[in-house]
Amino acid sequence: MRNILVSLVSGTLFGAGLAVSGMTNPLRVRGFLDLFGTWDPTLVFVMGGAVLVMAVIWQVQRRMVAPFFADAFALPTAKDLDWRLILGAALFGIGWGVAGLCPGPGFAALALAPAQAIIFLAGLFGGMVLFRLTMDN
Amino acid sequence: MTPAHLALPGFPGADPVAGLIGGLLIGLGAAIMLLGLGRIAGVSGIAARALGLSTQGMGRLLALAFLAGLPLGAWLAFDLAGAGQGVFPESGVLLGAGLLVGFGTRLGSGCTSGHGVCGMSRLSARSIVATLTFIAAGVATVAVMNMMGNAA
Repeated sequence: MRNILVSLVSGTLFGAGLAVSGMTNPLRVRGFLDLFGTWDPTLVFVMGGAVLVMAVIWQVQRRMVAPFFADAFALPTAKDLDWRLILGAALFGIGWGVAGLCPGPGFAALALAPAQAIIFLAGLFGGMVLFRLTMDN
Repeated sequence: MTPAHLALPGFPGADPVAGLIGGLLIGLGAAIMLLGLGRIAGVSGIAARALGLSTQGMGRLLALAFLAGLPLGAWLAFDLAGAGQGVFPESGVLLGAGLLVGFGTRLGSGCTSGHGVCGMSRLSARSIVATLTFIAAGVATVAVMNMMGNAA
């Protein structure tokens, strides 16, 4: 029960950050990606702020034996720069550019524009199911 | 709205203060996930886990709780800070883009949160390459769409 609350608080702060920074507005995200047009650098500050906090937190994490509320850290260990990483990121980037939404803002937008968010999330889940059926091994 | 004196010179549409405050909140959320539960706050991986489409990752209830927090936080921000609702593309575009985002983030093992925030700050080579790739693909996509829009 406690851990569920920790996860909920983490998601709530994350979602609040997405809304405050304007990342739940596809227009602003596409403005950042419109590098050769009327470029909107707001997303640089969003990612900069988040990376700044997490860069410090990773230094704290290195000095911890275990997380506060779990037995051990469970972190990604993959190191290889393979075609899956590149192709996957490229496909994601195309979808991101088309809609101006990535997964986090897609969920956060449920509170702000539910009709549109549900359609995007239906596509998101469909894509994940498709991956599971075809490429997951 | 950002007061005029806080605007970024040369970029009247940008909102650097709101961006930075939001970014710090996002970092704080990811920090609680890492130091509290020992996990990466990567939304695409957590979404796959919540749907039962991934055998790795946190427990399903934890995944569902994190996902429920996203709109809850956005709603609080909207209510308390007056965050804007946004301008969305039409349904068919949203659905098709969602498919690409869902498939691509699973194949590429992450999205803007997992690779862009958590991985880049850890100096993960995979995450830096993924982030540069999806930004480049997004920039190219918007540029092509603008060209097609202007030609039509």
